[in-house]
Amino acid sequence: MSMTMTEKILARAAGKQAVAPGDNVWVAADVLMTHDVCGPGTIGIFKREFGAGARVWDRERVVLIPDHYIFTKDDKAHRNVDILRAFAAEQGLPHLYDVGTSRYKGVCHIALAEEGHTRPGEVLFGTDSHTCTAGAFNEFATGIGNTDAAFVMGTGKLLVKVPPTMRFTFEGEVPPYILGKDMILQIIGDVGVDGATYRAMEFAGEAVMRLSMEERMTLANMVIEAGGKNGIIACDETTRAYLRARTTRPYTEVANDAGARFVTDRRYDARRLEPVVAKPHSPDNRALARELGDVRLTRAYIGSCTGGKITDFINAARVLKGRRVAVDTFLVPSTTEVSTGLRTHTIDGRALLDIFRDAGCQVSVDASCAACLGGPRDTFGRINGPEVCISTTNRNFPGRMGAKEGQVYLASPYTVAASAVTGRITDPRELLQ
Amino acid sequence: MTIRGRVYVLGDNIDTDQIIPAEYLNLVPTIPEEYRKLGSYALAGLARTPDQPPFVPPDGMTTPYTVIVAGKNFGCGSSREHAPVALGAAGTKAVVAESFARIFFRNCVATGELYPCETPTRLVDVFRTNEEVVLDLEANTLTNVTTGAVHALRPLGDAGPVIDAGGLFAYARQTGMIAGARAQATPAAGGGPQAGPDD
Ligand code: SF4
Repeated sequence: MSMTMTEKILARAAGKQAVAPGDNVWVAADVLMTHDVCGPGTIGIFKREFGAGARVWDRERVVLIPDHYIFTKDDKAHRNVDILRAFAAEQGLPHLYDVGTSRYKGVCHIALAEEGHTRPGEVLFGTDSHTCTAGAFNEFATGIGNTDAAFVMGTGKLLVKVPPTMRFTFEGEVPPYILGKDMILQIIGDVGVDGATYRAMEFAGEAVMRLSMEERMTLANMVIEAGGKNGIIACDETTRAYLRARTTRPYTEVANDAGARFVTDRRYDARRLEPVVAKPHSPDNRALARELGDVRLTRAYIGSCTGGKITDFINAARVLKGRRVAVDTFLVPSTTEVSTGLRTHTIDGRALLDIFRDAGCQVSVDASCAACLGGPRDTFGRINGPEVCISTTNRNFPGRMGAKEGQVYLASPYTVAASAVTGRITDPRELLQ
Repeated sequence: MTIRGRVYVLGDNIDTDQIIPAEYLNLVPTIPEEYRKLGSYALAGLARTPDQPPFVPPDGMTTPYTVIVAGKNFGCGSSREHAPVALGAAGTKAVVAESFARIFFRNCVATGELYPCETPTRLVDVFRTNEEVVLDLEANTLTNVTTGAVHALRPLGDAGPVIDAGGLFAYARQTGMIAGARAQATPAAGGGPQAGPDD
């Protein structure tokens, strides 16, 4: 039977020759990730169900990444990291990226990739809806709740319904002013915020396979904003090169079988894409950036698992170099590696960090989720009033970045940087040479 | 089983940030005191409109609304189990929606906090907040006691066998996936069905 990549991975993880969409199968997890927001609850359920003295199913496969509420005075936030720390010590877990140590990373989805925990052909479960980001690495990765995660923690298995795959193919060459964020916002605008519910989304075509791993991660990151279960991209030399630098663990790539079936099969001409924006308060509320020139902004934000990778900052710096921002502009690196990269990456001999400071941006050196999800009141960049913000993050539901009165426009790093310079929503073609 | 009580009516795409705003995610659902606090913040992220009473009264810990009727894509957004937990901790027993976001549905079933019932017809326009309803989970109907209208709901589908078994953990024990009884009988919360995935 012909299978898609997603079906093949799930069949293998279920120990079956073949699976079909709709089948409910017990699959073996390769990695379980949890963080400071959902880890304590997961650990609580694990102990309640398996006993106070229970051991996790495989110490090597549990990854703990505190990232959400780190640089805050909130007591409970610190208590939650303490719970992760105590659990890692009790269970002897080698993969805790602990706060206040040199191993601290920041945003879990980027940390997983940087630390080599995302590998082709594998099954990754995480207690965070953007776990789907890792589908960029040719694996099945999806977000689950605490109860399911506690189950995986004890057994290494989870009951999963095999999703049918929607394929999105981008043909031709991506214009220089278009980024992965524009491509995924285009798709979400087309299918809607529930258009991929219970489905896998595959990104394919020449334009996708020319993207860097970071840009592919931006595509896979936002499948959940269309309601999708997982995103997936084929494995190629770009994938292998990234992995060579990050892990020595062997992996098994998967490709679609000839004759694999797709529930929908959409094609895009990459050359015709234009910079797009998702208006408040929904990621599918799409408009062309050039049509929103009269939207006045009060701030801009660059960060998160979607838009806080090193490539996102390099792209923003291309626009901001030699310019000044007109509105408060907050920059938060997703991980400590990205934070270091702001100092070491240069454009025309000038470090990214200096370019941003010259431009008048407020740059956090601390990597975390920060204001992407609002967080405690003292969170860097949090929206605490009726701000109009353009952001490289992935969600703009009411109150997502803090105050309910805030309005958030989602866009690519190019568009956010260009808009920060003019103080109104701006098509980056106005500023990119 | 039937559930009787007052209904709270919401629109489409009620996301997890509206159900439980991120600033309260420092609360851990398995700690009983924090479980109750989560309930007091249920739907705290909802934009207030003049004609809609608050879901949880000011200074209250629970809600007078037993059933929520909503539109499409209820529970979209984050995988936070705090969302069904907050609604369940507030005292809500069921959400009747045109469709659910996948992870929210699964979390309802896995935690046993809420019955996630799907309606094939749009009910948000035929119910008013504060009307009295009866949800019949065997007949799969939602009755508006105020108007007398009876609306058919979809059966719970693939989640059924898991719910019948008593939840993901119970289902797994029953089918031999995991051995033995639950370690300690100290559920953090719930009182609703123990249920499992359809996902
Ligand atoms: S950066 Fe934002 S979207 Fe990503 S994991 Fe953190 S809170 Fe979630």
